[in-house]
Amino acid sequence: MTNIAQSGIARTGPDGLSIHTSGDARKRLARRYAAERRFRRLGLGAVLLAMGFLLLLLSTVVGKAIPAFTYTYAVLPLDLAGDKINHDDPLRSNFDAIVKAAIAEALPFAAGRKQRRAARGLISSGAAVILRDMVADDRALIGAPRAIGLPVSDTLDLYFKQLTAPRRSREPQGSATPSATSDKIHIAVEDGVIGSDEQFGRDAPSHLVFINGGVVKITGADGEGLQGDVLVPLQSTVPAAQGDWRLVTINQAESARKISDREIAYAEILNGMGLIERRFNAIFFTRGASREPEMAGVWGAVVGSFFTMLVTLALSFPLGVASAVYLEEVAPKNRWTQLIEVNINNLAAVPSIVFGLLGLAVFLNFFGLPRSAPVAGGMVLALMTLPTIIIASRAALGAVPPSIREGALGIGASRMQTVFHHVLPLAMPGILTGTILGVARALGETAPLLMIGMVAFIVDIPGGALQPATVLPVQIYMWADFPEPGFQQKTAAAILVLLGFLVVMNAFAVVMRRRFERRW
Amino acid sequence: MISRLTTGAAALCLVLSALSATAYARDQIQIVGSSTVFPFSTAVAERFGQTSNFKTPVVESTGSGGGMKLFCAGLGEATPDITNASRRIKETEFKNCMANGVTPVEVKVGFDGIVLANSKSGPDIALTREQVFMALARQLPAADGALQPNPHKTWSDIDPALPNARIEVLGPPPTSGTRDAFVELVMEEACLAGVPQDNCAQIREDGAYIDAGENDNLIVQKLEANPAAIGVFGFSFLDQNADVLKGAVIDDVEPSFDNIAAGDYPVSRSLFFYIKKEHVGTIPGIQEYALEFTDEAAWGEDSYLSDKGLIPLPEDARTEFRKAVENLTPLAM
Repeated sequence: MTNIAQSGIARTGPDGLSIHTSGDARKRLARRYAAERRFRRLGLGAVLLAMGFLLLLLSTVVGKAIPAFTYTYAVLPLDLAGDKINHDDPLRSNFDAIVKAAIAEALPFAAGRKQRRAARGLISSGAAVILRDMVADDRALIGAPRAIGLPVSDTLDLYFKQLTAPRRSREPQGSATPSATSDKIHIAVEDGVIGSDEQFGRDAPSHLVFINGGVVKITGADGEGLQGDVLVPLQSTVPAAQGDWRLVTINQAESARKISDREIAYAEILNGMGLIERRFNAIFFTRGASREPEMAGVWGAVVGSFFTMLVTLALSFPLGVASAVYLEEVAPKNRWTQLIEVNINNLAAVPSIVFGLLGLAVFLNFFGLPRSAPVAGGMVLALMTLPTIIIASRAALGAVPPSIREGALGIGASRMQTVFHHVLPLAMPGILTGTILGVARALGETAPLLMIGMVAFIVDIPGGALQPATVLPVQIYMWADFPEPGFQQKTAAAILVLLGFLVVMNAFAVVMRRRFERRW
Repeated sequence: MISRLTTGAAALCLVLSALSATAYARDQIQIVGSSTVFPFSTAVAERFGQTSNFKTPVVESTGSGGGMKLFCAGLGEATPDITNASRRIKETEFKNCMANGVTPVEVKVGFDGIVLANSKSGPDIALTREQVFMALARQLPAADGALQPNPHKTWSDIDPALPNARIEVLGPPPTSGTRDAFVELVMEEACLAGVPQDNCAQIREDGAYIDAGENDNLIVQKLEANPAAIGVFGFSFLDQNADVLKGAVIDDVEPSFDNIAAGDYPVSRSLFFYIKKEHVGTIPGIQEYALEFTDEAAWGEDSYLSDKGLIPLPEDARTEFRKAVENLTPLAM
C-alpha cells in the first residue's frame, strides 16, 4: 500500500522528495485509508446489528411459539356404543356425559363433588365439541368403545410443558411407612426429609408424596414423620423402600397458581398410567377462534386473510396497472395529470386508519356491504394498496427503454400493441415487486379493518368473501390481549403463521417475476 | 398470457361486484360494545354456537360508547343486535335510541373490579383512594389554597407511612373504558376540596403515570420486570396472573372475588348488555343467546364466566334480569 514511492510515475517535489512520499502525504494517505476502513466497518457493523436484532426477534418469537405447536392429550377409553349415544342422530349424543364417564372410569377414587370437579377440570371443556366433530367426520367411530385422545385443559398443558408450577422431584433417603390408605394419614420416614421449620398451607410451597400408587399432600412434619391428606388413595400400607416413593416439591404456593395440588396429583396418576401424550397440535391449525386457549386455532384467520387478500389483489392489481399504463403511456402531460399524480403520491402516505373510515362511510353505510366481511375489508385494503402499485408500476414502465417502443412502432404495431405486447411484459417484474410490497403491507394491517368490523371474535370458519371473517394480524392482536396465559404461546405461533403466509405470497410473486424477467 | 391475465382479473372483479350487489339475509347475531364485557360475551357466544343450532355470534370490541352509537343508529340488518357496556346507558344515548326506533332491553350481567397491583416480589401495598388521588392528580391545592402541579415524587411524600419509593403507575390510556371507570371511581370520588370539579379527572402527565396502552397483558409483563411499579387493570387479569401479581388493598378492602361480589371493594362497576327488542324474531337466536348468557351455568356463582373473572350478581338480581330477558321488558328511563 505504501509502495507508491517506488512506482515510476511518482512526481518529484522541490525538496527532491516525491509529493506522494513526503511525511505529510503519507499522513494524508493513512488518514484516507483509515477513513475508508472506518466506513467499511461501520457499514458491516450496521448490517450485523440489523441481523442481530432480526435474529433476536425471530428467536424470541420462535422460542415462545414452539410450545404451541404441540399439545398434551389424555387418551381415554370412551364408551361410544352405550346408551349415551343417540343412534338415530349420533351428533345429538350426549358427548359431555361420555367424556365425564371416561374420566370417572380412569380416576375411580374421584367420587366426591370437589374431587369430580378437579377431575373434570383436567380435560378441556371443549373435549365434547372435539369429540362431536370427530364423529361428524367419521360416523364409523360410533358403535364400539374406543381410546381417543382428548385435549387436556390449558393449565394442565402448561404444567406438563413445565411452564407453570415449577417443581422438583426427589427420592429421599430411607423407607416410608404410611399409617392408612385414605383421609388423614401419618407417614413414618427418616428424620430430615422435610425440615420441621418448613411452612405448610395454601400460601407456602406444596409437598406431595407419591407412595404405593397414591398421592399424599403433606400438611405437617415432626420428628417421627410426616402428616398429610390423601389426595389419591394408597393401595396398601406396606412400607415403601427407598426409591419406591418420591417427594415432589412445588415451589409456587397453591394459592398463587391456576392448577391445584389435587389436579396435579390426578394428572400425575394419569401420566403414570401412560394415558398422557404430547402430540402435534392439529387443533391450532384446523379450528377457528375460541376463548379457551386449547380450542383456539388460526385456520379461521388464515382463510379470512386469504379471502381478503384475494379481493385486494383482484381489485388493486388490474386497476393499479391500468392507471399506471394510462398515466405513463397515454395521458397527455398537462396540469390535470400532474394534479392526479400529486394526489396519488399523497395517497400513498395517508395513514391507513383513514381508509378504514372511508370504508365505513362508503362501502358499509352507502353501498350497504355486510359488516365484518372480507369483501369490504379487501376493498378498503385495495384502496390502501393502489397508490403503491401505481407508483411502482409507473416507475417500472418508465424504465423500459424508449428503443423498445420505437422499435415496436417502427414495425407497424399500434399504440395498444406496443404497450401490451412489448412494454408491459418488460415492466412486469417491477410491477410485481411493487404489488408485493403493497399487498404485504395490506396483509399486516389491522387499523383500517377496525372500522369495518373485522376486528371481532369470530368462531365459524368463513366459507366465502361475504361471511364474517377476521384476518391474521387481528387474531394475533386479540390473542395478545386475552388474560389466559395459554394464549401467549398461541400469539407467537400465530405470528409465525403470518410470516409463513407472507413467505408463500412472496415466493409466488418471485416465481411470477422470474417468468417475466427479460434482459436487454 | 397478459391478456388472459387481465381478462381473468376483470372477470373476478365482475363476480365480486355481482356478489356484493345481491341482497343477503343476516342469520348471525352481531354484538358490539365494551372491551371489558368482550371476554365474557365471547365465551357465551362460543358456548352458544356449540350448543345451539344457531351460528356463533360475531362479537366486536368497540368500547361502550362506540357500541352504543352503532346500536342506537337504527333498525335493520346493517345495525348490531346487542351492545355490551361497562356502564349504564346514558340518558342522551337512550333518547337517541328511542328517536331511531330502537327499544333496548337492559340486562345487568355482573361486576368488574379495577385493581391496583404490583409484582409478587414487590412490597405489599395498602392505599386509600385519597392517597391514590394525591399520587396521580395533575394539580393539587398548595398550602395557600392555590392550585399547583402535583409535587409528590415518592409515596412517602403523601404519607410518611408509605414506602419511600418513586410513584410509578402503569395504566390504561384515555381511550380505554377501564381508565374512564378508574377516573370515575377513584379520581372523582376522592377528589380533594379545593380542586375544581373539572380538574378532578385529570391525571398527571409528568411521568409518574405511564400510559401502558390498551394491552393489559403488557402491563402485567412490565410489572413482573419492575417490582417498584404499580399497574391499573381489570380484576380478571389479576385473577389469571395471581402467580406473579398481588392486588393492592384499597380503603382496607382486599381486591378479591368475594369482596367485589359483596360490593365491599370500592373500585368496582356493573357490566351490562342491551338487546335490540325489534330485532328479536328477525335475526334468529337473539333471545336464545341472552338466555344462554343469563343461565345459571353461565353467570351463576360457580359458572364458566366466573372462571373467566366475571363477578356474579346477587341471586335476586340474577332472577330479576333473567325475567327481563324472558319477557323482553323494555328499558324505561
